[in-house]
Amino acid sequence: MRLRERLSKLAGMKLLRGTRLSGELERLQDQLERLQAEPSEEEIWRSVELARHQERPYTLDYVERILDDFFELHGDRGRADDPAIVAGLGKLGERTVVLLGHQKGRDLKERTARNFGMAYPEGYRKAMRAMALADRHGFPLVTMVDTPGAYPGVAAEQHGQGGAIARSQAAMVRLKVPTVACVIGEGGSGGAVAIAVADRVLMQEHAIYSVISPEGCAAILWRDAGEARKAAAAFKPDAAHCLELGVVDAIVPEPEGGAHTDPDAAAKLLQQAILEALDEISSLEPDDRRRRRREKYRLMGVLTSA
Amino acid sequence: MSSESDRVDVSVQTKKAPDTPSVKSHPNTCPRCGSHYRDEELEQSLRVCPQCGHHFPVGARERIEQLADPGSFAEEDAELRSADPLTFFDLRPYAERLAEAEIATGLGDAIVCGSATIEDEGCRLSVMDFSFMGGSMGSVVGEKFARACDSAAEGGVPLVSVSASGGARMQEGILALMQLPKTVCAIEELHESGGALFSVLTHPTTGGVLASFASLGDVVLAEPGALMSFAGPRVVAQTTREKLPDDFGLAESNYRYGHVDGIVSRAELRPTLSRLLRLFKEQ
Repeated sequence: MRLRERLSKLAGMKLLRGTRLSGELERLQDQLERLQAEPSEEEIWRSVELARHQERPYTLDYVERILDDFFELHGDRGRADDPAIVAGLGKLGERTVVLLGHQKGRDLKERTARNFGMAYPEGYRKAMRAMALADRHGFPLVTMVDTPGAYPGVAAEQHGQGGAIARSQAAMVRLKVPTVACVIGEGGSGGAVAIAVADRVLMQEHAIYSVISPEGCAAILWRDAGEARKAAAAFKPDAAHCLELGVVDAIVPEPEGGAHTDPDAAAKLLQQAILEALDEISSLEPDDRRRRRREKYRLMGVLTSA
Repeated sequence: MSSESDRVDVSVQTKKAPDTPSVKSHPNTCPRCGSHYRDEELEQSLRVCPQCGHHFPVGARERIEQLADPGSFAEEDAELRSADPLTFFDLRPYAERLAEAEIATGLGDAIVCGSATIEDEGCRLSVMDFSFMGGSMGSVVGEKFARACDSAAEGGVPLVSVSASGGARMQEGILALMQLPKTVCAIEELHESGGALFSVLTHPTTGGVLASFASLGDVVLAEPGALMSFAGPRVVAQTTREKLPDDFGLAESNYRYGHVDGIVSRAELRPTLSRLLRLFKEQ
């Protein structure tokens, strides 16, 4: 359901259902204020550029600012350790959480080693192993999404890229622990949603989340990858539209000029949003929480009747 | 001098690959062996080339006729249509493409779902049609597949899914991507109710459909020669600049690497599915 519809429905129900609902109403109204103006083509493209900015904080930059005592887990227990996805345990305030996310590289050498944040199936299998660990021990799961997409390579296909992405989503749908996903940069297609099926999906102000890259879409529909700007304006990968369409639950503000201008401040804002989300969903019964998570995804899409 | 300029001319000509004439071969001409058939001949042979065994594409309606007992299919959710949530416009409006696809195929979207029996065993059928916008998955495909899972769970019968898709439908933007987790949620609920999913991948099943419901069958089957890769061969070749193996992403390669339970020729599909339906039947 679109945010505006959800909001008007909630507003109408306020008197019937008491304080909890009005809390949600406030949160939605707060988020809606960010939507007052429809982002222009320029603003959408600016988000595409900021989401891919070379100095944008990556998962491990947030890990070191948000978590205490991070202990990294390596390997998928089958074949390899994919450095394009990092996973580990750490303390978020009082809680032990499992955190996993895509990881891009900072310099050329690291970028190559991390395959530009494009995971192989082994990366998604490492993610699934970390999810299972979280569920086994009752640790909340926090994921960070920042990938141009899953790696399109011969070995990746041979090792089952499509199936790994499907199974990673299925694993997230099954979890009983609270789950929060944060889109912190590029939310590129199947490779992104593989680790983004959560109770609460947060999205940074200048992150993007899309079904295909602007260049890929332009190459197919405009037959010219140079029309990426037009393509982005058409399929609207920006945070405001993702919130409006009900795909994310909240937009996390960034420091003026983008997260890279002040990573510490960006991390603080993100941490606060994660904690709020965790507080909200931790009070729910595990079965109820999982039921709501599934309901949320089952409602996504816009249909009409012939 | 003149001989040199001649040579330049020649080299330019050989460097540029000659434009292949853009005459599309007739849809009833086998792309593998070149044999040509009348439409009723192909229909009789289940659209498999009698000469070389090449599997031609099959539309959703014809596929259902091939699989279901005569007269047993009852369509569900036929009225659902895409609402063009982004008022998407590339070189042409999405709404126009949708209307055109509906006229060309007679289908409301790229999937047809309903109840049926196969050799007297009850099931739900969910069949995709590549001729409707490349079998792409938007809100309607996701919703109809999810409802087919519910319907199978309610009826206490397995769901048979036949996929043919280029992936998520770009014109629905991020909502198309969200159909991946939506179908995955529906399968989880089907599984929790004790229901089964048999997934048959036909040429081609790529991108978002492979990365969601098509891969999650309790049993996964593929037709011979079906391309089933997350990224298409052209994207992989461009990104990696590797020479692709001849069988890149094909059912046969996926079988070798352990991603498919069996490769089943079209003539064997109906008996194979009825066998599975009997095996999964509650005692």
